[in-house]
Amino acid sequence: MKRWWIWMIAALLSLAFSSQAQALSGEEVMKKSQAAFLYPGKDFKARVVMKLINKDGQERVREMTMLRKNMGEAGGDQKYFMYFFQPSDVKDMTFMINKYPAKDDDRWMFIPAISMVKRIAAQDKRSSFVGSDFTYEDVSGRDIEDDTHVVEREEKVGDRDCYVVKSTPKGADSDFGYKFTWVDKSNFLPLKEEQYDRKGARYKQFTADEIADVKGIPTAVKRTMKNLQTGHRTEVAYLKSDYDLGIEDSLFSERFLRQPPRKWVD
Amino acid sequence: MLRAATFFAALLLAPLAARAEVMLSGFLQQNTAFNTAGQNPDGRHYKWLEERARIKLDATGDAWRLLVKGDLAYDHLGRQNEGELREGYLDYAGGNWDLRLGRQVITWGLGDLVFVNDFFPKDHEALFAGRPLEYLKRGVDAVKLGAYPEFASFELVLSPNFRESRIPDARRFWLYDPMPTVTNRETVKPGQGDIGLRVYRDVAGYDAALYLYRGFQRTPSMRPDSMTAPAKITYFYPKLSVYGASLSGRAGEGVLSLEAAYYDSREDRAGSDFAVPNSQTRLLAGYQIQPAEDVSLGFQYYAETMHDYDAYLAALSAGFPVEERWSHTVTARLTQFFLHQTLRLSAYASYNASNGDYFVNPELRYSFTDKVWGAVGANFFGGKPWSQFGQLARDDNVYLQARYEF
Repeated sequence: MKRWWIWMIAALLSLAFSSQAQALSGEEVMKKSQAAFLYPGKDFKARVVMKLINKDGQERVREMTMLRKNMGEAGGDQKYFMYFFQPSDVKDMTFMINKYPAKDDDRWMFIPAISMVKRIAAQDKRSSFVGSDFTYEDVSGRDIEDDTHVVEREEKVGDRDCYVVKSTPKGADSDFGYKFTWVDKSNFLPLKEEQYDRKGARYKQFTADEIADVKGIPTAVKRTMKNLQTGHRTEVAYLKSDYDLGIEDSLFSERFLRQPPRKWVD
Repeated sequence: MLRAATFFAALLLAPLAARAEVMLSGFLQQNTAFNTAGQNPDGRHYKWLEERARIKLDATGDAWRLLVKGDLAYDHLGRQNEGELREGYLDYAGGNWDLRLGRQVITWGLGDLVFVNDFFPKDHEALFAGRPLEYLKRGVDAVKLGAYPEFASFELVLSPNFRESRIPDARRFWLYDPMPTVTNRETVKPGQGDIGLRVYRDVAGYDAALYLYRGFQRTPSMRPDSMTAPAKITYFYPKLSVYGASLSGRAGEGVLSLEAAYYDSREDRAGSDFAVPNSQTRLLAGYQIQPAEDVSLGFQYYAETMHDYDAYLAALSAGFPVEERWSHTVTARLTQFFLHQTLRLSAYASYNASNGDYFVNPELRYSFTDKVWGAVGANFFGGKPWSQFGQLARDDNVYLQARYEF
C-alpha cells in the first residue's frame, strides 16, 4: 500500500514539473509574440493603407508601401523602407529606418519637393507614426527589456485561447503606465492590447481585426488602434502582404531613397 | 533647339510609353505676399500675387522613368503669363549605375537654408517672397551619372550650360546698389557649363561625403567701366571651384551635421580684384533634436572666412562697405506638429553676429483635407543697409499659400 502512495506522489510531481516546463513566462510569451508579429519571414512587403478617423467620423488617408528586412534573428536588427503614395503633398516621399533593439533608430527621409535626403533625430519611439494613433514602436516593435511582463491569466478572444500578459514599463519615460496584451496561444499573434495611462485610466486599444494566411504565415492584415480618451482611431489594412521576396540589402540606401525602384514600391 | 530635342525625345519615347505606367497629377495654387513695411520700389504693395497650375507626368517602365513637371502661372505684378518647365528628365537605372538626363533639381549638403556644398542654382526671390519651399530650388539642365560600387557611391553632374541663381527683382525688393545713378547695365553669362561630383558612403555609422565643383559663382558680381565716372555696369559670374566634405550621424540624443568647403575663387586668386569675391572657407555645424513628441529643434552655426583679406581691403574703393574677415551666423528652427500632424508650426531665425543681419520666417500650415492645404507666414529682415538681409529691411511681408492637389 505504501508503495502505491510513493508512485502517486512521484507521478504528481512529474506532472507538476512538466506543466511548469510548458508554462511560458510573460517575457517568453512577448518574445514569441514579437517574433510572430514583427519578424516573420526573412523579409516582408505590404501596401499599407491607414485611415485616420476622428470622433466625428472624418477620414484622412495615409498610403504607403512598407518593406522590411530582418538583418538577423527575431528580436534583432531590422531595416524598414517606406514609400508614400498619399496624401498628395507627401507623394514620392521615402523614409528609411534602421531599427536596433537596444538603442535609438537611425532614420532618413527624402523630401522630393527640394530633392533632399535628411537624417532625422529619433529618440522618441513613442511618438506618432505619420500622425496616426500608432507609434513607431507599434509599427516596428518595442524592446522587450523596456518592460516587465507577467502572464496574468488565460482568456479567449473570440474563439482563440490567449495568454493575457501585463507589461509594465521599467522606466518612467513612457506615455503608458501599463498594458495588457492578449496573445494567441497557438500562433502568438497579439489579438488585442489595452493600454492604460500613468493615472490608470484606459488609454488606447489595439485590435487585430483580420488574420490571413500569407505563405503559411498567419498575418494580421487588418488592425485598429483607438485612442479611448480622444475618440480618434486609425484603421490599417495591409494589402498585398508578402514574405521572402529576396529584398536586397542595397535597397536600404540613399540611392534608392532618392529613386525608389519600381519593382519594390508598386 | 530645346524644342526640337524635346520633340525627338517624345518621338523616341512613344513606343516605351505604350508599355509604361503613366500617372498625371498636379495642383492649383494661389500665392499672395503683402508688404508690411512699405511699398516696393515700383510702388506696388505686394511681393507676390499669382495663381499657378502644375501638371506632373510620371511614366515608369522597367528600368526607366520619365518625369515632367510644368507650371503655368498668371502674375498680377507685371510678369503676367509665365510658363516654366520645373523639371523634365529621363531616368535609366542599371544594376549598380544610373543616369538622369534633363532638367532636374539637385540638392547636396546638409544645411537648412545655409549652403556650403549645395552648388546648384536657387531662387532667393522665391524664399523672400513667401513662395512654397520647393521654389527655393531651380532645376539644372544636366546629365547626372550615378555609380554605386561596393566601397562608395558616386554622383557626377555635367551641365552643358550654366544656370544662375535667381536674385530678388529690383522692382519688388529694395536692394543695395552702390551706384544707383548708372542705368546702363548688362549681364554676361558664362559660355560654358559646369561640373560637380559627390562621393559618399557610410563611415562607422556616419554618412560621409566629399564634394567637388568646377564652374562659376551662381550669383553675379558687378563691375563698373570706371570707378570715378562709371557709365556702365556689367554683371558677370566669376569662375569658382569648390572642394568640400560633410559628415552626419547620431550624437547623444540628436543628429549632428558637419560641413566644410574651400571656395577657390579662380577668377581672382590673389584677392586683389574688388569686383570678385575673395576665396573663402565655409564651415557649418548643425544639431537637431526631438525634445518631445512631434517637436523638432534644429540649431546651426555657420562661419565664412576670407582668405586674402588684406588684398581685399587694399583693393576696396572708398565709400564701399567693408566686410569683416570672419562672418559668424547662428540659426534656429522649431517645427511642431498638432492635430495628428495636419497642423504644422515652423519658425526659422538666422542672426549674423558679425554684421547684425537677421532673417525670421514663422509659418503655420494646415491640411484642410488630404488634397487642400493652406499656409500663412511672414518674412522679416534686418541688419546693415548693404548686407544680405539688412538691405531687405523694407521688404518685410506676410504671405498666404493655398493649394489644391489632384
